[in-house]
Amino acid sequence: MSSPKKHDIVHSSIIHDSAAKQVAGCAEYIDDMAEPAGTCHAYLGLSECAHGTIKSIDLGAVAAANGVICVLTEADIVGPNDISPTGLKDEPIFASKIVSFFGQPIFGVIAETRDQARRAAKLVKVKYEVLPHHLSVEAALENGAELVTKPLTLKRGDSTTELANAPHRLSSTLEIGGQDHFYLEGQIAFAIPGEDDDVLVYSSTQHPSEVQHMVAHALGVKNNAVTVKIRRMGGGFGGKETQSNLFAVVAAIGAKKLDRAVKIRPDRDDDMVATGKRHDFVVDYDIGFDDTGKILALEANFAARCGFSADLSGPVTDRALFHADNAYYLPAVTLTSQPLKTNTVSNTAFRGFGGPQGILLAERMIEEIAYALKKDPLEIRKANFYGTKSNNITPYHQEVTDNIIHRIVDELEISSDYQARRAAVLAHNKTSAIIKRGIALTPVKFGISFTATWYNQAGALIHIYQDGSIQLNHGGTEMGQGLNLKIAQIVASEFGLPISEIKITATATDKVPNTSATAASSGSDLNGMAALNACQQIKARLAEFAINLSSEKAGSLEYVQGEVLVGDKRFAFADFIKQAYMARVQLSAAGFYKTPDIHWDREKGQGRPFFYYAYGASVSEVAIDTLTGEYRIERVDILHDVGKSLNPAIDIGQIEGGFVQGMGWLTSEELVWHADGRLLSHAPSTYKIPLASDVPPIFNVNLAEWSSNPERTIRRSKAVGEPPLMLASSVVEALSMAVASVVDYESCPRLNTPVTPERVLLALTDLQNSSGSS
Amino acid sequence: MSTLPFRNFIRFILNDKVIELDELAPTQTLLDFVRLSERLVGTKEGCAEGDCGACSVLVGRLSDGVLSYETVNACIRFTASLDGCHVVTIEHLVGKEGALHPVQQAMVDHHGSQCGFCTPGIVMSLYALWMNNPRADANQIEQALQGNLCRCTGYAPIVRAAKSVLSDGGQSNDPLIAERGEITAKLDGFQDGVRVEMSGGEGKIILPASVDDLAKIFLSNPEATLVAGATDIGLWVTKHMRPLPMMVFTGHLDALRSVLEGEDAVSFGAGVTYSEFFSTIMQKFPQLEDFWMRIGGQQVRNMGTIGGNIANGSPIGDTPPALIALGAAITLRKGKARRFVALEDYFIAYGKQDRSPGEFIESISIPYLHTGDQFAVYKISKRREEDISTLCGAFNLRLDGNNRVAKIAIAFGGMAGIPQRANRVEKALLGQTWNEANIKDALELFGVDYQPLSDVRGSATYRMLSAQNLLRRFYMYTQGTAEELQRSVS
Repeated sequence: MSSPKKHDIVHSSIIHDSAAKQVAGCAEYIDDMAEPAGTCHAYLGLSECAHGTIKSIDLGAVAAANGVICVLTEADIVGPNDISPTGLKDEPIFASKIVSFFGQPIFGVIAETRDQARRAAKLVKVKYEVLPHHLSVEAALENGAELVTKPLTLKRGDSTTELANAPHRLSSTLEIGGQDHFYLEGQIAFAIPGEDDDVLVYSSTQHPSEVQHMVAHALGVKNNAVTVKIRRMGGGFGGKETQSNLFAVVAAIGAKKLDRAVKIRPDRDDDMVATGKRHDFVVDYDIGFDDTGKILALEANFAARCGFSADLSGPVTDRALFHADNAYYLPAVTLTSQPLKTNTVSNTAFRGFGGPQGILLAERMIEEIAYALKKDPLEIRKANFYGTKSNNITPYHQEVTDNIIHRIVDELEISSDYQARRAAVLAHNKTSAIIKRGIALTPVKFGISFTATWYNQAGALIHIYQDGSIQLNHGGTEMGQGLNLKIAQIVASEFGLPISEIKITATATDKVPNTSATAASSGSDLNGMAALNACQQIKARLAEFAINLSSEKAGSLEYVQGEVLVGDKRFAFADFIKQAYMARVQLSAAGFYKTPDIHWDREKGQGRPFFYYAYGASVSEVAIDTLTGEYRIERVDILHDVGKSLNPAIDIGQIEGGFVQGMGWLTSEELVWHADGRLLSHAPSTYKIPLASDVPPIFNVNLAEWSSNPERTIRRSKAVGEPPLMLASSVVEALSMAVASVVDYESCPRLNTPVTPERVLLALTDLQNSSGSS
Repeated sequence: MSTLPFRNFIRFILNDKVIELDELAPTQTLLDFVRLSERLVGTKEGCAEGDCGACSVLVGRLSDGVLSYETVNACIRFTASLDGCHVVTIEHLVGKEGALHPVQQAMVDHHGSQCGFCTPGIVMSLYALWMNNPRADANQIEQALQGNLCRCTGYAPIVRAAKSVLSDGGQSNDPLIAERGEITAKLDGFQDGVRVEMSGGEGKIILPASVDDLAKIFLSNPEATLVAGATDIGLWVTKHMRPLPMMVFTGHLDALRSVLEGEDAVSFGAGVTYSEFFSTIMQKFPQLEDFWMRIGGQQVRNMGTIGGNIANGSPIGDTPPALIALGAAITLRKGKARRFVALEDYFIAYGKQDRSPGEFIESISIPYLHTGDQFAVYKISKRREEDISTLCGAFNLRLDGNNRVAKIAIAFGGMAGIPQRANRVEKALLGQTWNEANIKDALELFGVDYQPLSDVRGSATYRMLSAQNLLRRFYMYTQGTAEELQRSVS
């Protein structure tokens, strides 16, 4: 029984543990670390052909360049030349015979300085026999639609019959663009050789265990020879889940070959060219609905540009299907994925992991119905929300038991003054000739858990030292999201200590083994519970020890504000710990957690892949310029569910940041490839993430403070990393409304994403032309 | 002449330390210098092209004896250009007892950092704003942050931090304010007015003693690369790794940074930066105010020069379309000879300008608008701020007493291989009544004037359609019926 008087450091807005260091410039990132004597620098040589056979490769000039120590090729890889995270053996470290995308690593070079290595890498001469290349979903479909991994079908009911019988039916296509992670700190790894087979790799990674496995694999050594550490990343967003493997492996190969420390850091352009991004999709859909706008059936095919290898495209495209319902009940549904092979960089995890693309389709579907029936899309949304007692089975046959979308949306509709503002927007558009406005309210329901069920486990390691100070380690990684702080809050709370008593140390594979990626929003859910378990183990031992400290034999034991209350006695925490040590109590524990009650049968497309759902909703209001397609996002209101927040300030930071990142994905961030396969948008000069001045000037973000996770998660909180990204879908639908106004909303605009000013202008011009001609 | 005194080293102050360098690769960037040579690793590399601001530092410079600081992108600023300056990195902000600066503390209190990688750069940008404009409003905060990308926070907490510290107003405990006198004296002592000439293993660095000296040097070394703000040349080095064996720096020449507001025109040195020219824009060309603040980010505006913008001959050009429409002219100098060229004639074809070897742009003049002239410039870009134009159109119109077009200049960037006038459109409108019907008739002539390309910034179709629509917008503007997007921040 937890005592109500306990000061709870959890659920309070404590400042990020690294904040003071970050603002002072002394928070250390890998490139900032002091380098051992003899440190040298690796750089990658990239292909300049989208698909071809390497006829010859001349590395003479590279090897002879100023400062060069050696080149690295396939011959330097002791183990298999493969870093495919799914074990499909489809992703070489260095492409040696066939290159499959423009920018694929084909060799490495190591020099005394990074500048020398970088310059040397450009001196290679490669002759290719060019093979036909397919860059886009369309091109892949036209050329045999080769898949990189096994597709998924989700099916419930008889969608074919229900579509045929539906009073209304419409079908269309939605194209959804990809997104570069644009973490501010690019990929980096720093390998320091040790004795025997040992190597220590500092890697900016969300998945130290996988880096460990990949490095061991490539070096042909056991996992126990490789230690991977990461104190903090300068952003990850999914881009360092598998994409860090390449750099870590190359640094480690170099370090073992030369017996010198080797660092590798690609420049921004190479980082963007050679590492994977969010998947772009082409979704064909067919919807049936009734006169009230209730969906009767949906069939949709999600064709994804996966790039040349599988990477995480299987689970990403799966998750797109898992979220094609968003918050809506689909009585009869067939969803299929088509993970297509293309001659582009292999697409990968990115915040939301396919879910956002699924949700975008769901919201477009609602808009289509609303335009067809000439109703406010919000009315259609509400008509289709999952029920709480009935109409609550998902296309993957999981029952939605924690549905709070009705309350979220109702509250937001009122707090944002949606109805009055929508009326004002409609009135404005009647009289304004050039500037048109739009407003939209969209919900989010996001499933929490790795769909790879075995990933839903975590470990933590807690040491209490004799002075009462605590060192905390867990399997999660810190990329700015405040995970370390949240776990430290839990530990501090368990021992009734101020947060300053908890020292958070770098994630390290030699402290907590066999960790899962810090991904799927699961960091605090999994690692928080593991840390709690470690605390409980130590506390159980301390409780046994404390029995003899008090005259009241069955007395209580409490940890309150730096003190330990044992029955009628009080001890300073440090004194209590010192006594426990003297009494030979073990003050260290390894905690463990696995998510209960989840299971998933991919073959059948049935199960309970998600432990619970996180919910939210947003209202966006925009204005567009019908002469140029330029627009402004003027106001955004968000109400989001994080259960009982572990740290409201951190969670609001995730929501604000996630929304703006989603907004960038859907508006200004456009990936453009040249016909020859080169990525043209490969630096911030050509790839435009949002700026401070793009953030809505009115930006109201609130937590659904009444929410508490009905599942037994850590302190009844909910995951927050990914779900808020999709709140940005309201921006697309608001822009869509503004565009539709030019033809008095008579049809739903064809608006693919990202909705650049160009797309806005061309969409409204198309509407005007087709309206004029009909 | 060869007996003139010269110096074979550069010197500047880095935080509290005097740096003297007599050996330096001409292309070494300030970022590499502070991180690799000085191990001041608080300043980060995010993009190495002046776009993300993670490398933002302050550079203080004496001008007419007054010391002023501004943010620059260390990633594309060449170390050699810092002779006589005070470079301030994030490490200098923390007080003697480790106390955070008020700007830093506000960032902490408002949860303004998440991953923290952009944070030092953001702090430096906000610090410069706080120092130079302690009462900055929300709009100015956004402008100060235009050159800083953050991928985590969505900026909201950063803006909250900025608002909070700027409303405090007090500027106590500030290292730069405390040491202003001392630094001014030191930098003043550095001003010896002599040429700096350094030959390293990898090339040669020259900092001319004067504009005349520059003319002489460039005449005898026409293959040298002239570097003013380095916002373009910096990328030749960081992105393309181009060897630049001889670099002649001009940023220290005050004579190239003077602005003379005359009777009929403003004349100014080619080295005037966008930031320095902003007060003239406000006074004389207020129609350009919004456009001006959409060029680059604050750091790029602090570094980049109008002369450099013209000289590099970009087909888009930030300022050329507007300056061409205004009838600007440039003075080209070669040795002692000067010639004057209308700006529109300077651009000949893609990659080709009317400039001979050894010749450089010395100054620019822009005639003022006559009373009653109507002028507007419109920039369209994928992202509104800190983006290169997809296209940019400038319109300058004079009507006679009968509402007929007496004079019109329309210039576009991003529509051709060079910034170029819309000659056929202009011709069709000249002498005609300024009304909707005539505008409409002229629109199709854009297709004669321009054959735009499709590229990463936009399609040819979009460029053509929106260029035509910009003429329509300009017409509405002259009729007082233009509706424009607003951004109202409070």
